[in-house]
Amino acid sequence: MQLAMWTYEGPPHVGALRVATGMRGLHYVLHAPQGDTYADLLFTMIERRNARPPVTYTTFQARDLGGDTAGLFKQAAHDAYARFKPEAIIVGASCTAELLQDDPGGLARALDLPVPVIPLDLPSYQKKESWGASETFLALVRALADRSLTPPPREGRRLTCNLLGPTALGFRHRDDVAEITRLLSELGVDVAITAPMGASPRDLVRLGAADFNVVLYPETGEAAARWLEKTFSQPAVRIPPIGHGATCDFVRAVAAITGADADAFLAGPRARLPWYSRSVDSTYLTGKRVFVYGDATHAIAMARVAVEELGFELVGLGAYNREFAREVRVAAERYGLTALITDDHMDVEAAIAELQPELVLGTQMERHIAKRLRIPCAVISAPVHVQDFPARYSPVMGFEGANVLFDTLVHPLVMGLEEHLLAMFRDDFEFHDGAGPSHLAALTPSTAAHAAAPAHTPDAAPVADDAAPHAPPANDAIVWTAPAEKELAKIPFFVRGKARRNTERYAAERGLASIDVETLYDAKAHFAR
Amino acid sequence: MEVAAAPLSLESQAGSVAEAPARDDGCAVAPAARPVLRERGQREVFCGLTGIIWLHRKIQDAFFIIVGSRTCAHLMQSAAGVMAFAEPRFATAIIEDRDLAGLADANDELDKVVDRLLARRPDVKAVFLVGSCPSEVIKLDLSRAAQRLSARHMPNVRVLAYSGSGIETTFTQGEDACLTALVRDMPVAPADAPPSLLVLGALPDVVEDQFKRTFDALGIGPVAFLPARRARDLPAVGPNTRLLLAQPFLADTVRALEDRGATRIDALFPFGAEGTSAWFEAAAAEFGIAPAHVETVLAPGRDRARRALEPARRQLEGKSIFFFPDSQLEPPLARFLSRELGMRPIEVGTPYLHGTHLARDLALLPAETRLSEGQDVERQLDRCRAAAPDLVVCGLGLANPLEAEGLTTKWAIELVFSPIHGFEQAADLAGLFARPLARRGLLKV
Ligand code: SF4
Ligand code: SF4
Repeated sequence: MQLAMWTYEGPPHVGALRVATGMRGLHYVLHAPQGDTYADLLFTMIERRNARPPVTYTTFQARDLGGDTAGLFKQAAHDAYARFKPEAIIVGASCTAELLQDDPGGLARALDLPVPVIPLDLPSYQKKESWGASETFLALVRALADRSLTPPPREGRRLTCNLLGPTALGFRHRDDVAEITRLLSELGVDVAITAPMGASPRDLVRLGAADFNVVLYPETGEAAARWLEKTFSQPAVRIPPIGHGATCDFVRAVAAITGADADAFLAGPRARLPWYSRSVDSTYLTGKRVFVYGDATHAIAMARVAVEELGFELVGLGAYNREFAREVRVAAERYGLTALITDDHMDVEAAIAELQPELVLGTQMERHIAKRLRIPCAVISAPVHVQDFPARYSPVMGFEGANVLFDTLVHPLVMGLEEHLLAMFRDDFEFHDGAGPSHLAALTPSTAAHAAAPAHTPDAAPVADDAAPHAPPANDAIVWTAPAEKELAKIPFFVRGKARRNTERYAAERGLASIDVETLYDAKAHFAR
Repeated sequence: MEVAAAPLSLESQAGSVAEAPARDDGCAVAPAARPVLRERGQREVFCGLTGIIWLHRKIQDAFFIIVGSRTCAHLMQSAAGVMAFAEPRFATAIIEDRDLAGLADANDELDKVVDRLLARRPDVKAVFLVGSCPSEVIKLDLSRAAQRLSARHMPNVRVLAYSGSGIETTFTQGEDACLTALVRDMPVAPADAPPSLLVLGALPDVVEDQFKRTFDALGIGPVAFLPARRARDLPAVGPNTRLLLAQPFLADTVRALEDRGATRIDALFPFGAEGTSAWFEAAAAEFGIAPAHVETVLAPGRDRARRALEPARRQLEGKSIFFFPDSQLEPPLARFLSRELGMRPIEVGTPYLHGTHLARDLALLPAETRLSEGQDVERQLDRCRAAAPDLVVCGLGLANPLEAEGLTTKWAIELVFSPIHGFEQAADLAGLFARPLARRGLLKV
């Protein structure tokens, strides 16, 4: 039993819902109690979808338990088919129904519906959302893909590929798919089927006819890609094209399959990021200490962008999905770090509080953590909230994605010249701590708290009483003298946390009972090495 | 029992139109006969766990531990939005495979979870163990666990238990279950104690304070509120305790209090000028306050509310409205909208119709208004589309899809999370219904 306040992933049946909602012509009959229908709002509110997700919940109640929950399930499946006439149906159980052991798969088969019925076996007490999406997609592909298909002869036609992995509620999936489809087209490749998002069950039948697969999101697409590789000998491109370097690598991997000339393709300028980053205004970005956390794919890719393409210093790298822990560990080692693999947001908060980075790249949870710790933050991975489904075109993949990432990673920071002025005129009334970056809305604690209150619960949450940070406490044993405190206050707020921590560590290591101005500057010199 | 788990047939489960009075679930007085459409099918409602979102803000020294699954945790954060800026005073103890397989003793695990929490949160004075569907299905006895943990942590921390599971409770029924658990802890008031008033249902602090002032002015007292801002501020209850319901979804709480001798004051619910007036008047009559004095005290607030309602009335008069079931607030709100704002309720859906407590409100609903209890969401959507109402009150899962179909909607959940009771909030309440229509009129896109 783990005590969780917030979770990075929902249960596995929510993963299945993301697959079903992304697709067309598929219906999900889910054996579940009434409260589980909350999942609809993930799609209708957070993602602003204009249609209900294609799911029928049996909504059994306590009084049904002694009776016939199986009958209820059959009725629901029957009614759902009659009403929605889907091309295929997936059936499964949520956590509560799993305990009832009604066997939705068997019950649905017994109905003899005239469409494929695909049972899902998603153990709710072991697995989570991404795994559920991956497993659902795999089950659909295995059940529906026509194994007799092969690609037509290559001569005289453009090559085709499938894009695997995008789902409903994915971080920027809508725009990533558009961007990569365009990029592939420029490389002479047509996208045959994008799945699960956008595909119908009938589309999945034809997966085997493509020349190769592109795995955009390994979390949801890799299992299916592996099966397709085995079944159809379709090669797969497995480089998530996030960031400029990764997109170039992706182009080379595609070219290796198609025989195109990657070097010629990449010779001209494709993205603005490289020049923006080299231009002198970006000098101030050098060595900014950044903490990256998210799903494995986005975290690993963002770490590379941060270090290689913006010149930041990576001080922490982590992910919440253990299925990909190995990849994250390998990536972290490349930067001389130990990966933080946890799905407990308290651990992540503790790590951020300890490291005092100057920028956090994370999920909506890290946005809240960073806000509390007054550290700039950009959201780079699911789970995200409504504001991270922007109206404008905003991919993070491909060359335009690289441009988007430049803006995303730089925007939260104090601008270069402003940073200097803050350092020079610390007592300037307009540059006081509360002011924050001048191009961002003022962030005083009270407005911050207000912004964090969700609109689902307008006015419900006077948050002040809880607002005290529960970061690991500063070293209580060491006392700051008044002049040292005052001197510390002159350090710009966005590096002050780090300075305080370093000084305290320095003092503790030397067994000092108090910190004076001298200690402060001794510590500064010590850590400046 | 109405339609039993329906046999498999080519027809969808039919709703049954019962001519009989609404089921009164053990209460003695049958409400006026009015046909009620009772349906069973897919429900599109929250479970009782969701009540924690407001209860944990209201009861400031309580912590709620849901003993449930990852689904329960996910529900809470999806419904609450991520309030991670504040560390919330609720969390989910997630049951895992090893708990189910018996590898770990669920009770030991729970003890550890509570111990760790209390070590970290010394400000917490009461812990609620909240049952969920999984904990109910595996028959984890949380009441016993609460007793055991209370014995261990009293006098510092009281541990209580209730169920907010989706197989037993719908949305606001979670509050009913929580308050019922608190009733068990209330001290006994002696039989000769002077009459006292107990107001039931979590109210925003601002409303509670207004109500307190009005009761004072009326000369009614002592007055206590359940829940109070501190979990362990529990008034004594006995035969001279009079109950006044601020919320219509508290059937079990009332029953528990009646078992302790308390009596319920029958009244309209305090929404709008009329409802609020009637609510105070019923209490005043019970306490023998002179009608002239009551009128003096209530008239200014009532007149202010009426004046404040005028602009909304101009916007809403004659407009039709359709309620999907959500919080059980639907019948009294429909009464307010039809009588004070001139709206036309077409269908008033409620997850559960407690006819006795609602008798006065139901009696004031227009005769042509359809009352429905329970839900078959697909059939209800068919009815709603056919009726093409000017405004639909529905849950978050349905709102955007219905907007996309051209209907105008109001999120029901906002009605639970906003101060809407009493004279001073009457216009705000009306505004919640007027705003979506005004917005629709404004937009040129
Ligand atoms: S309906 Fe049951 S399983 Fe679902 S969130 Fe509510 S208590 Fe948890
Ligand atoms: S929590 Fe608020 S911002 Fe988020 S989807 Fe709900 S209403 Fe919108």
